Amino acid sequence: MKHDEAHEIWRGQYDKAGKRNVDFVTQSSAEVEPLYTPSDLAGFDPSGQLSDPGSYPYTRGIHPTMYRGRLWTMRQFSGFGTAVDTNGRYTFLLVRGQTGLSVAFDFPTLMGYDSDSPRSEGEVGKCGVAISSLEDMETMFDGIPMEQVSTSMTINGPAAMLFCFYVAAAERQGADISKLRGTVQNDILKEYQAQHAWVFPVEPALKIIVDMFEWASEHTPQWNTISISGYHIREAGSTAVQELAFTLANGFEYVERAVAAGLDVDDFAPRLSFFWDVHNDFFEEIAKMRAARRIWARHMRERYGAKKTRSEMMRFHCQTAGVSLTAQQPMNNVVRVAYQAMAAALAGAQSLHTNSLDETLALPTEGAVKLALRTQQILAHETGVANVMDPLGGSYYVESMTNRMEQEAENLFEQINKLGGVVRGIEGGWYQRQIAQSALRFQHEVEQHRRVVVGVNDFMDQDGEELEILKVSEAADTTQRERLASLRARRDNGRVEECLVALREAAERDENVIPPMLDCARSYCTLYEMRHALEAVYGAYREPVFF
Amino acid sequence: MVAGSRGPAEGKATRPIRILIGKPGLDGHDRGAKVVAAGLRDAGMEVIYTGLHQTPEMIVTAAVQEDVDVVGLSILSGAHLTLFPRVKQLLSSQGRDDILVIGGGIIPQDDIDKLEAQGVARLFGPGTSTDDIVDFVTMWIQSQTA
Repeated sequence: MKHDEAHEIWRGQYDKAGKRNVDFVTQSSAEVEPLYTPSDLAGFDPSGQLSDPGSYPYTRGIHPTMYRGRLWTMRQFSGFGTAVDTNGRYTFLLVRGQTGLSVAFDFPTLMGYDSDSPRSEGEVGKCGVAISSLEDMETMFDGIPMEQVSTSMTINGPAAMLFCFYVAAAERQGADISKLRGTVQNDILKEYQAQHAWVFPVEPALKIIVDMFEWASEHTPQWNTISISGYHIREAGSTAVQELAFTLANGFEYVERAVAAGLDVDDFAPRLSFFWDVHNDFFEEIAKMRAARRIWARHMRERYGAKKTRSEMMRFHCQTAGVSLTAQQPMNNVVRVAYQAMAAALAGAQSLHTNSLDETLALPTEGAVKLALRTQQILAHETGVANVMDPLGGSYYVESMTNRMEQEAENLFEQINKLGGVVRGIEGGWYQRQIAQSALRFQHEVEQHRRVVVGVNDFMDQDGEELEILKVSEAADTTQRERLASLRARRDNGRVEECLVALREAAERDENVIPPMLDCARSYCTLYEMRHALEAVYGAYREPVFF
Repeated sequence: MVAGSRGPAEGKATRPIRILIGKPGLDGHDRGAKVVAAGLRDAGMEVIYTGLHQTPEMIVTAAVQEDVDVVGLSILSGAHLTLFPRVKQLLSSQGRDDILVIGGGIIPQDDIDKLEAQGVARLFGPGTSTDDIVDFVTMWIQSQTA
């Protein structure tokens, strides 16, 4: 019997049979067929669309060995309280087999305020570590060899300033800064769109990012100068395709800005990295990341004329979806995280953070973080997923979904172009509206029971599960105030003033601000002092408010 | 009476319930605030959203100027024990204890107890249906006008 005939028989049987009364859609509300067959891959060209791992367009992965060569980096995002508290947590994780550090800063730091700024009250050390000066950075890395560890720092508005603290702290340890490895998130476009920890208006913020690309390509060539992030866009409510397209469009915008400033694409593109959310819908997530690699490679080669293979390769970090965790029956979160982590591995991630089960309640306890890390270790060493590269390649479903998402992303790029580009889209609130609408649609689906969230709108328990949660000491606030007061009294305040003036003048003259900023860091200028000096030239960002 | 409206009371003519949704502090997580704001609007209330990074002073000034019935605060940064009571105190100091203060966010049970003891009427955690918030606000308004 020919396949087409057999397929017709199946279709007849399927159409006649009763089906469950639910929407057969992805997490992003995209409809899916009941079965995928060769006819869904008409015109499929494995050599052009897939190739092999390590070869253009990298759909199947960026390395020829993938996890047989080296497992993904297990990198748990953490930080709380003071630099001393966080130094303790890092040591705990490194001893238990974590392979990279990832710094979570508190909100004052994320917004460029010092711990003793009036706006910081109540927020110091609460959902990340408070770092107000080089001294705090030195304390956080006390006993941790900065030349050897790789560190990711989630910081955007004041990213360049924290990067300067990091470089200056490494210098103090006697490290060769050209060997520093790590990433600074530094992705300001998605801050305006979704995460909202901005400092300066869009144009000067983009200028500082290009300054970083330029400075780092010469002085810290192994440092990833940006992590172009879909994570926050998705967490704010977008669909998977919106996450994919908005993030890549942001990536293209950074490339265009740097090229316009006179940089050679192959000088900075190899250090661009990406960061994806891994949500609940297993196949949709895998398809998203496969499509992302292919789109990036094609645009870098065909649109931006990249010549180096490393400029075309999308390296990325993943984090399981914080927004998918539920406060109800929190133990269930362990299972959600494990499935999501497996999707990241099957999609060929370079590094992964697994969320802890208690993160809808508070920052995670040591026990919860350890379980999240062990989830990755079991995945890597016991399930067999690390043995074979892109094991879902060739699946009718995964390939057709990868193709569909690629096409839908291209359609969104066109829409963004018609709006006048990424910056126009931000200033007019277009992205913010698109994301909020998707979030609202999802909420309606849950409330109308068209979507089941276990423990929340179905399978509920009457008795709550009691979990022990982390309490961040209120002492962080006081300790930080004392540390800063002492620093301000001890440092050479004449030198501080000179450095801040030099920083402001570099901004006024439109020069690269990184060298004077690094001098500020070395002289123990505080974060807010640097922000303030630049704000005098650049002003501050004001958001378009709506809901 | 339909959800989202209030009857005549305290000299005010019949009008929709007015609610201010505020984001005090520095955290940028506005998904929940915006979803709740849209849900309350869809239930017929007049909703004012402050935008991000507000101080308690900014929120209270707006609440008084806009003559709202309810202030809904959203915090996901852990600063709730400082910022929620501050809003409540500032409203009190302006003689506006009549304004209902509710909140939401990532708030542990111990802290919920502390905040409710300080006059925050109700805290809605993750997984809350917007209908529950609409019902709570509507019932409260009805109890004030009864």
